[in-house]
Amino acid sequence: MPEEQKEVPVNVEEIETAEKAPEAKAAVKEKELVDFQLSYVYKKVDSIVFGIMSPQLIKKMASAKIVTPELYDKEGYPVDGGLMDIRLGVIDPGLRCKTCGQRLKECPGHFGYIEMARPVIHINFVNVILSLLRGTCWECGRILLPKNRIERQKQKLDIIQLDSGLEARRKAIRELMTSLKTINKCPYCNAKQQKVIIDKPYTFIEGDKKLSPIDVRARLEKITDEDMEIFGLKPGYVRPEWMILTVLPIPPVTMRPSITLESGERSEDDLTHKLGDIVRINQRLFENINAGAPEIIIEDLWDLLQYHITTFFNNSVAQLPPARHRSGQPLKTIAERIESKEGRIRHNLAGKRTNFCSRTAISPDPMLNLNEVGVPIIVAKKLTVPERVNPWNINYLKEFIKRGPGTYPGANYILRPDGKRKRITDETKDALLEELQQGFAVERHLIDGDIAIFNRQPSLHRMSMMCHRVKVLPFKTFRMNPSVCRPYNADFDGDEMNLHIPQTEEARAEAEILMEVQTQMISPRYGLSVIGCVQDAISGNYILTRNIEMQREEAIDMLCSVGVFNFSRLPNKQKITGKELFSALLPEDFNFTGKARSADIDGSKEVVIKNGLLIKGVMDKANLGDGAGLMLRTLHMNYGQEKALEMLGRISKLGIKTLLKYGFTAAISDTDLHDNAKIKIREILNRAEEDVNELITIFKQGKLETFPGRTVEETLELKILETLNKARNETGKIVSEFAVRNTGSFIMSDSGSRGGPLNLSQMAACIGQQAMRGKRIEKGYFGRTLSCFRRHDLGSAAHGFIRSGYKSGMLPHEFFLGGVTGRDSLMDTALRTPKSGYLYRRLANAMQDLKVEYDGTVRDASKRIIQFSYGEDGMDVSKSEDGEINIQRIIDSL
Amino acid sequence: MAGAFKEYEDLLSPKQLGEIKEKTEGMNEAKVNKVLKKVYEQYSNSKVEAGESVGIVSAESIGEPGTQMTLNTFHFAGVAEMNVTVGLPRIIEILDGRKEIGTPMMEIFLKKPYSKGEDIKKLALNIKETLLQDLMNSVSVDIAEGKVDIAIDNEKMQEIGMRTDSVISAVEKGMKGISVKKTEEGISVKLKSKDEKLINEVYKLKEKLKSVYIRGIKSIKQVLPVKRGEEYIIITAGSNLIDVLSMEEVDQTRTVTNDIFEIQAVLGIEAARQALIKEVFKVIEDQGLNVDIRHIMLAADTMCFSGKVKGITRYGIVSEKSSVLARASFETPVKHIIEAGLVGEEDKLNSVVENVMLNQPIPVGTGLPGLIVKVKK
Repeated sequence: MPEEQKEVPVNVEEIETAEKAPEAKAAVKEKELVDFQLSYVYKKVDSIVFGIMSPQLIKKMASAKIVTPELYDKEGYPVDGGLMDIRLGVIDPGLRCKTCGQRLKECPGHFGYIEMARPVIHINFVNVILSLLRGTCWECGRILLPKNRIERQKQKLDIIQLDSGLEARRKAIRELMTSLKTINKCPYCNAKQQKVIIDKPYTFIEGDKKLSPIDVRARLEKITDEDMEIFGLKPGYVRPEWMILTVLPIPPVTMRPSITLESGERSEDDLTHKLGDIVRINQRLFENINAGAPEIIIEDLWDLLQYHITTFFNNSVAQLPPARHRSGQPLKTIAERIESKEGRIRHNLAGKRTNFCSRTAISPDPMLNLNEVGVPIIVAKKLTVPERVNPWNINYLKEFIKRGPGTYPGANYILRPDGKRKRITDETKDALLEELQQGFAVERHLIDGDIAIFNRQPSLHRMSMMCHRVKVLPFKTFRMNPSVCRPYNADFDGDEMNLHIPQTEEARAEAEILMEVQTQMISPRYGLSVIGCVQDAISGNYILTRNIEMQREEAIDMLCSVGVFNFSRLPNKQKITGKELFSALLPEDFNFTGKARSADIDGSKEVVIKNGLLIKGVMDKANLGDGAGLMLRTLHMNYGQEKALEMLGRISKLGIKTLLKYGFTAAISDTDLHDNAKIKIREILNRAEEDVNELITIFKQGKLETFPGRTVEETLELKILETLNKARNETGKIVSEFAVRNTGSFIMSDSGSRGGPLNLSQMAACIGQQAMRGKRIEKGYFGRTLSCFRRHDLGSAAHGFIRSGYKSGMLPHEFFLGGVTGRDSLMDTALRTPKSGYLYRRLANAMQDLKVEYDGTVRDASKRIIQFSYGEDGMDVSKSEDGEINIQRIIDSL
Repeated sequence: MAGAFKEYEDLLSPKQLGEIKEKTEGMNEAKVNKVLKKVYEQYSNSKVEAGESVGIVSAESIGEPGTQMTLNTFHFAGVAEMNVTVGLPRIIEILDGRKEIGTPMMEIFLKKPYSKGEDIKKLALNIKETLLQDLMNSVSVDIAEGKVDIAIDNEKMQEIGMRTDSVISAVEKGMKGISVKKTEEGISVKLKSKDEKLINEVYKLKEKLKSVYIRGIKSIKQVLPVKRGEEYIIITAGSNLIDVLSMEEVDQTRTVTNDIFEIQAVLGIEAARQALIKEVFKVIEDQGLNVDIRHIMLAADTMCFSGKVKGITRYGIVSEKSSVLARASFETPVKHIIEAGLVGEEDKLNSVVENVMLNQPIPVGTGLPGLIVKVKK
């Protein structure tokens, strides 16, 4: 047997250890510090080198040679030299590994190997082998390039690599390889070259002769190190013949553990199954060769072995039937384990799982502060914070231990400096109290004010994970202020969220400084506040600041309920207006002018705040909402993040309090229309229908004038659409004209807290044209959308114009056509999510290592300059005001 | 006054200076100086901090609103405008660096007097690519003679101001091995070679004739003169920047296409980058979303910094990362690991994902600085 081959392509050859923490040396001196500091000594992987394993290396790293396909003996004990050999690691509790002497979970597992009876091609290198065979002489093994060109070519490749990186070099090599195909005479030995073709997946044919893996290997061995480089193989790391396997490494048992079913039966891992096949066929091949069996039998077995090894590496090779379980489901072998979202890399390596986290449904609680999270008491008793014992807190911590894990502010575990973890129970409590001393840590229950990281998936931006303060509350849901819904994109229709408790001081410090809600208030996407008032809070402030007047006592009551106890900001009079009350929440020196979305009673949309007094305008979404208006941004800029968040919380509470006090209802009667309005709407719609019919008549007479670049039919469609849309908009106008200003629905639409004029008019008057792909509905039956219409009816109703409103109810055909667009938009959402998700993943992957360097340039991981100054002016969007410096504000402030 | 601005000329952006100039109109110098100083102070405080991982922030800022965009490919802005790819599909198309875009389009601005609407229709028709099929009324095949008779639509001919003779010469130019004759109805095309398989050949000829180029600018499928503001412009479906720009009537400084690769080929990489930013920004703005232009700039710069427009795909810029593990964590990991093995590639672990995989601090943000503390003896 020629010496051996290589295997799993991945192999970490060197792991260099770098720097130990410098404290380590000093620590030895002072005894008390030793324990503490040792935990800070760490090793760091500096780099990883990839290569291909040589047969020698495979044998050297193996701790067992596998010779039998049997797994267990009669007692159920792993067979020596079998695939579950305990020298390869242990997966049974109680057994010790014969190689390292460690137990389950301690032993990392060890490789084994098998000697192949005949060499076999490694499927993942087939393409490389092919280009090697094509590019070298079959006789002398030299590259089909004259000597002088070799040097030149090498230099050229090196230059390409320097200029544009490894990927460009690979491309250049590929091009070179295709050019080599045409050379048919060896420049060294003048041998005539024959064409090498590949019969996928792994048979090489030269001329008309099939090359066996032995032949191929012999050819590859002849290639010199010098020539190899041109093929993109690096001497010292790779030898071409290693791409043909003569020895196969057997992965450790720990990476293919068997599971014991309830019945006591063992179920082996897919990889073990596959390896069993390989070992079995390999043994048979050995026996047949030794017994001098006819070549044809040996060939067959050899081919079978090749198949098994191929599927062991990759069970989804295009031209091969995948190896299957008895149940018919394909085996998951090495390539499938690495690849895809559920594979090793994305699932286990790039994705991490943690302890000290919790997940439950969320519900709103407007009385919480914006940066608080309500944690159910059950959760608070399970999640803990380790607190280090010192002379000042020992008694305090002892109280927690005394209460134990069952009573609320208690503790669950004690951590000793040697790393032992002891559970606190009623029995161990007293002993542990005795034992507790400096340097221990107590894992106590969550208490109010602890730091937690709150998260909702999909985590699309950094505001999807923010740090909140714990507030322990009864019941079983996480509670949050509805104003922070927006950054998480959460609602309360059953959404669940996750909570993580950072366990070290460093983690807590980072969470507090970098992730707490107030630090995330200004979005790095557009430089405005992502947190703002929502729904009721906006409606409330709108009502309050528009036209409310109240007694002084009432105003004081409102202020108290919002958490303001300094009433000096209220003007000294008995009647207080809503605007004055609102102003009491603003800082005294706050100046602001902006635009509101809705008009004040005097009809103006201007908002003026002078010296902390709201003089003009109503507060609505344009100023209180998220991502809108500069008012919140200016508050943040002038008074800092804490103050801004606090004010926002109060404003929000004030709005809700207003609604509580004055009542707020969205009633069906809100959409009742005056008789005159109804008549007008009917007229408009009738007229529109007539217009459409007229257009159709003109079209049928062939007199319709076409738009440039359009056919007559398209022109008709466009004109009909225009007519109908105009009609719908007119009904909308009439609805707003006749709407009663102080109904709940109108207030919501006007203040921007929910819905808009469109929704109002759809309820009250007319739903309008249902459009699909920018056209009227066309699909359905032959020549018509529904069977209740005439064929080829071009009229408005037949193509989805709904003239009823939601309140009056739709006619049957309208309902069905409305359903068409409903489904269409469902499809749209369903298809968009994965598409945009993939776009996001690609963007994130491409740009994740761009960062600003100390010199202000933006560079990638290999220090190539992407931008000389971030965004051309080096400004951080989250420190800007809507992406700019607000010069007007600066001028005004001077 | 000017002195004050001069001092800050290099410190503030021209846009900011312009705004200050405008808004401080009529103020005394001391005050202007104060404003300038304050603005500069604010600007300095708003600079990005070193280590800020601006890449991921930009990716989030573009990716997150993606979920809110429509998928509906087509869109009519106004009655007579054309279909244009908008929303998420357009963003994907641009960032993919796709060479073939869904709806190539040009906006052709014109020099005076054409921009006032003079001869606008004629000009538009000159730009539009005219194929023989656009001019024919009917085609008939004469198998016996081995020829194709084409009846020409005289109305259309008049419209574009062409004569049958020029059509004949265009057809002769556009095809080989034929002879063209003028007939009463229009033209008749005959194969030169006397082949036995004539019947097939004649039918093939008929099909080929339909798409023979007659005049206009190639690949401009549709033209639409539009009045925008005070002037007339021509919007086209299909794009051919270089040919349009070489027309005399065209205002080269403002005429644009939405095909980024064409811009790259004609005007170079900087223009392509600008076009990229503009196109992405336009889409996002149209959808009513607010994304700061800096994020789009960074994405565009990542695509363009190598000197060629490269898409954000596994074949584009992701394939050029220096780290094996970073590439493997994106797509097709096995391929990347094998390739790395062949050349003995070393992963220096200096970007983000590799360090996440190994549970090590990542070299951005707070993971960047190395801090050494001297322990008191």
